[in-house]
Amino acid sequence: MMPTDLSEIFLAAAAAFVVLAIVMFYRAVAGPTTQDRLLAVNVLGTNTVVILALLSVALEQPWYLDIALIYALLNFLMAIAISKFTVERGGVL
Amino acid sequence: MIETIRFWAIITLVGAGVFFTLVSAIGVIRLPDVYTRAHTASQTDTLGASFTLAAVALALGWQHATVYTVLLLFFVFVTNPTAAHAIARSASDVGIDPWTADDARDQDDTGGDSR
Repeated sequence: MMPTDLSEIFLAAAAAFVVLAIVMFYRAVAGPTTQDRLLAVNVLGTNTVVILALLSVALEQPWYLDIALIYALLNFLMAIAISKFTVERGGVL
Repeated sequence: MIETIRFWAIITLVGAGVFFTLVSAIGVIRLPDVYTRAHTASQTDTLGASFTLAAVALALGWQHATVYTVLLLFFVFVTNPTAAHAIARSASDVGIDPWTADDARDQDDTGGDSR
Protein backbone atom coordinates (compact mmCIF):
# COMPACT_ATOMS: atom_id res chain seq x y z
CA MET A 1 0.00 0.00 0.00
CA MET A 2 0.96 3.63 -0.26
CA PRO A 3 2.84 5.34 2.55
CA THR A 4 0.61 8.41 2.22
CA ASP A 5 -2.31 6.34 3.49
CA LEU A 6 -0.27 5.42 6.53
CA SER A 7 0.69 9.00 7.33
CA GLU A 8 -2.95 10.07 7.06
CA ILE A 9 -3.95 7.22 9.38
CA PHE A 10 -1.29 8.28 11.87
CA LEU A 11 -2.45 11.91 11.69
CA ALA A 12 -6.05 10.82 12.33
CA ALA A 13 -4.92 8.73 15.32
CA ALA A 14 -2.98 11.73 16.67
CA ALA A 15 -6.13 13.88 16.34
CA ALA A 16 -8.12 11.24 18.26
CA PHE A 17 -5.48 11.22 20.99
CA VAL A 18 -5.63 15.03 21.21
CA VAL A 19 -9.43 14.92 21.61
CA LEU A 20 -9.18 12.23 24.32
CA ALA A 21 -6.49 14.27 26.13
CA ILE A 22 -8.74 17.34 26.13
CA VAL A 23 -11.58 15.20 27.53
CA MET A 24 -9.28 13.79 30.23
CA PHE A 25 -8.17 17.31 31.20
CA TYR A 26 -11.54 17.61 32.98
CA ARG A 27 -10.27 15.30 35.71
CA ALA A 28 -7.11 17.38 36.17
CA VAL A 29 -9.24 20.50 36.67
CA ALA A 30 -12.11 19.05 38.74
CA GLY A 31 -10.36 16.28 40.67
CA PRO A 32 -11.29 16.47 44.36
CA THR A 33 -7.87 15.45 45.70
CA THR A 34 -4.27 16.14 44.73
CA GLN A 35 -3.80 12.49 43.77
CA ASP A 36 -6.66 12.70 41.23
CA ARG A 37 -5.02 15.69 39.55
CA LEU A 38 -1.62 14.01 39.60
CA LEU A 39 -3.03 10.85 38.02
CA ALA A 40 -4.77 12.84 35.29
CA VAL A 41 -1.60 14.82 34.53
CA ASN A 42 0.37 11.56 34.36
CA VAL A 43 -2.10 10.09 31.85
CA LEU A 44 -1.95 13.33 29.85
CA GLY A 45 1.84 13.09 29.73
CA THR A 46 1.68 9.54 28.38
CA ASN A 47 -0.82 10.78 25.75
CA THR A 48 1.60 13.56 24.79
CA VAL A 49 4.40 11.03 24.31
CA VAL A 50 2.20 8.93 22.02
CA ILE A 51 1.09 12.02 20.06
CA LEU A 52 4.73 13.03 19.55
CA ALA A 53 5.62 9.55 18.28
CA LEU A 54 2.65 9.54 15.88
CA LEU A 55 3.55 12.99 14.54
CA SER A 56 7.16 11.89 14.17
CA VAL A 57 6.24 9.04 11.85
CA ALA A 58 3.49 10.95 10.03
CA LEU A 59 5.51 14.09 9.29
CA GLU A 60 8.82 12.19 8.88
CA GLN A 61 10.67 14.16 11.54
CA PRO A 62 12.69 11.55 13.50
CA TRP A 63 14.01 14.04 16.06
CA TYR A 64 10.53 14.30 17.60
CA LEU A 65 11.27 10.93 19.20
CA ASP A 66 14.09 12.50 21.27
CA ILE A 67 11.62 14.99 22.69
CA ALA A 68 9.17 12.15 23.37
CA LEU A 69 11.82 10.16 25.26
CA ILE A 70 12.81 13.13 27.44
CA TYR A 71 9.14 13.94 28.02
CA ALA A 72 8.48 10.37 29.22
CA LEU A 73 11.45 10.56 31.62
CA LEU A 74 10.35 13.92 33.08
CA ASN A 75 6.74 12.73 33.35
CA PHE A 76 7.72 9.69 35.41
CA LEU A 77 10.02 11.78 37.62
CA MET A 78 7.25 14.36 38.17
CA ALA A 79 4.72 11.71 39.22
CA ILE A 80 7.10 10.07 41.69
CA ALA A 81 8.31 13.39 43.15
CA ILE A 82 4.86 14.94 43.65
CA SER A 83 3.39 11.77 45.16
CA LYS A 84 6.30 11.65 47.61
CA PHE A 85 6.06 15.35 48.51
CA THR A 86 2.31 14.98 49.01
CA VAL A 87 2.91 12.41 51.74
CA GLU A 88 5.91 13.98 53.43
CA ARG A 89 5.05 17.68 53.41
CA GLY A 90 1.27 17.71 53.06
CA GLY A 91 1.09 18.64 49.39
CA VAL A 92 2.83 20.93 46.97
CA LEU A 93 -0.15 23.04 45.97
CA MET B 1 1.94 -9.72 0.10
CA ILE B 2 4.14 -8.97 3.09
CA GLU B 3 3.43 -5.26 2.62
CA THR B 4 -0.31 -5.93 2.80
CA ILE B 5 0.11 -7.91 6.03
CA ARG B 6 2.26 -5.12 7.48
CA PHE B 7 -0.28 -2.46 6.47
CA TRP B 8 -3.19 -4.23 8.13
CA ALA B 9 -1.10 -5.06 11.21
CA ILE B 10 -0.31 -1.34 11.59
CA ILE B 11 -3.98 -0.43 11.21
CA THR B 12 -5.02 -3.06 13.77
CA LEU B 13 -2.42 -1.86 16.27
CA VAL B 14 -3.40 1.80 15.88
CA GLY B 15 -7.10 0.91 16.26
CA ALA B 16 -6.39 -1.10 19.41
CA GLY B 17 -4.34 1.78 20.84
CA VAL B 18 -7.08 4.34 20.20
CA PHE B 19 -9.70 1.94 21.64
CA PHE B 20 -7.78 1.35 24.87
CA THR B 21 -7.08 5.07 25.29
CA LEU B 22 -10.82 5.72 24.83
CA VAL B 23 -11.55 3.17 27.59
CA SER B 24 -8.95 4.90 29.77
CA ALA B 25 -10.55 8.31 29.18
CA ILE B 26 -14.01 7.00 30.04
CA GLY B 27 -12.66 5.36 33.19
CA VAL B 28 -10.73 8.42 34.35
CA ILE B 29 -13.80 10.60 33.84
CA ARG B 30 -16.53 8.28 35.14
CA LEU B 31 -15.13 6.12 37.96
CA PRO B 32 -15.92 7.24 41.52
CA ASP B 33 -12.61 6.94 43.38
CA VAL B 34 -8.91 7.71 43.06
CA TYR B 35 -8.03 4.01 43.45
CA THR B 36 -10.36 2.84 40.68
CA ARG B 37 -9.11 5.67 38.49
CA ALA B 38 -5.53 4.60 39.14
CA HIS B 39 -6.48 1.04 38.19
CA THR B 40 -8.04 1.95 34.86
CA ALA B 41 -5.38 4.54 34.06
CA SER B 42 -2.49 2.15 34.64
CA GLN B 43 -4.07 -0.80 32.81
CA THR B 44 -5.67 0.66 29.73
CA ASP B 45 -3.36 3.62 29.26
CA THR B 46 -0.31 1.36 29.29
CA LEU B 47 -1.96 -0.91 26.72
CA GLY B 48 -3.04 2.00 24.52
CA ALA B 49 0.39 3.64 24.51
CA SER B 50 2.16 0.32 23.94
CA PHE B 51 -0.04 -0.68 20.99
CA THR B 52 0.31 2.71 19.34
CA LEU B 53 4.08 2.82 19.83
CA ALA B 54 4.33 -0.72 18.44
CA ALA B 55 2.43 0.46 15.36
CA VAL B 56 4.87 3.38 14.99
CA ALA B 57 7.85 1.01 15.30
CA LEU B 58 6.33 -1.32 12.72
CA ALA B 59 5.70 1.56 10.31
CA LEU B 60 9.23 2.91 10.64
CA GLY B 61 10.85 -0.35 9.61
CA TRP B 62 14.60 -0.86 9.94
CA GLN B 63 15.97 2.58 10.89
CA HIS B 64 17.72 4.29 13.73
CA ALA B 65 14.44 5.82 14.84
CA THR B 66 12.97 2.35 15.47
CA VAL B 67 15.49 1.85 18.28
CA TYR B 68 14.20 5.04 19.92
CA THR B 69 10.61 3.88 19.53
CA VAL B 70 11.29 0.45 21.04
CA LEU B 71 13.13 2.08 23.94
CA LEU B 72 10.19 4.43 24.44
CA LEU B 73 7.74 1.47 24.36
CA PHE B 74 9.76 -0.41 26.98
CA PHE B 75 10.10 2.70 29.14
CA VAL B 76 6.35 3.51 29.03
CA PHE B 77 5.52 -0.14 29.70
CA VAL B 78 7.69 -0.15 32.85
CA THR B 79 7.15 3.33 34.29
CA ASN B 80 3.42 3.88 33.80
CA PRO B 81 2.22 1.18 36.29
CA THR B 82 5.02 2.24 38.66
CA ALA B 83 3.78 5.83 38.67
CA ALA B 84 0.17 4.71 39.16
CA HIS B 85 1.27 2.53 42.09
CA ALA B 86 3.14 5.46 43.67
CA ILE B 87 0.10 7.73 43.29
CA ALA B 88 -2.28 5.14 44.81
CA ARG B 89 0.17 4.53 47.65
CA SER B 90 0.45 8.24 48.39
CA ALA B 91 -3.37 8.46 48.41
CA SER B 92 -3.44 5.59 50.91
CA ASP B 93 -0.76 7.24 53.09
CA VAL B 94 -2.54 10.58 53.10
CA GLY B 95 -5.68 8.81 54.37
CA ILE B 96 -8.20 8.78 51.54
CA ASP B 97 -10.78 6.05 52.20
CA PRO B 98 -11.59 3.65 49.36
CA TRP B 99 -14.99 3.85 47.72
CA THR B 100 -17.31 1.01 48.79
CA ALA B 101 -20.80 -0.22 47.90
CA ASP B 102 -22.23 1.62 50.94
CA ASP B 103 -21.23 4.91 49.32
CA ALA B 104 -23.19 3.96 46.21
CA ARG B 105 -26.24 3.15 48.35
CA ASP B 106 -25.96 6.50 50.15
CA GLN B 107 -25.69 8.30 46.83
CA ASP B 108 -28.80 6.52 45.57
CA ASP B 109 -30.73 7.40 48.74
CA THR B 110 -29.87 11.05 48.57
CA GLY B 111 -30.14 11.19 44.82
CA GLY B 112 -33.91 10.73 44.80
CA ASP B 113 -34.11 7.52 42.77
CA SER B 114 -35.90 5.62 45.55
CA ARG B 115 -38.75 8.08 45.81
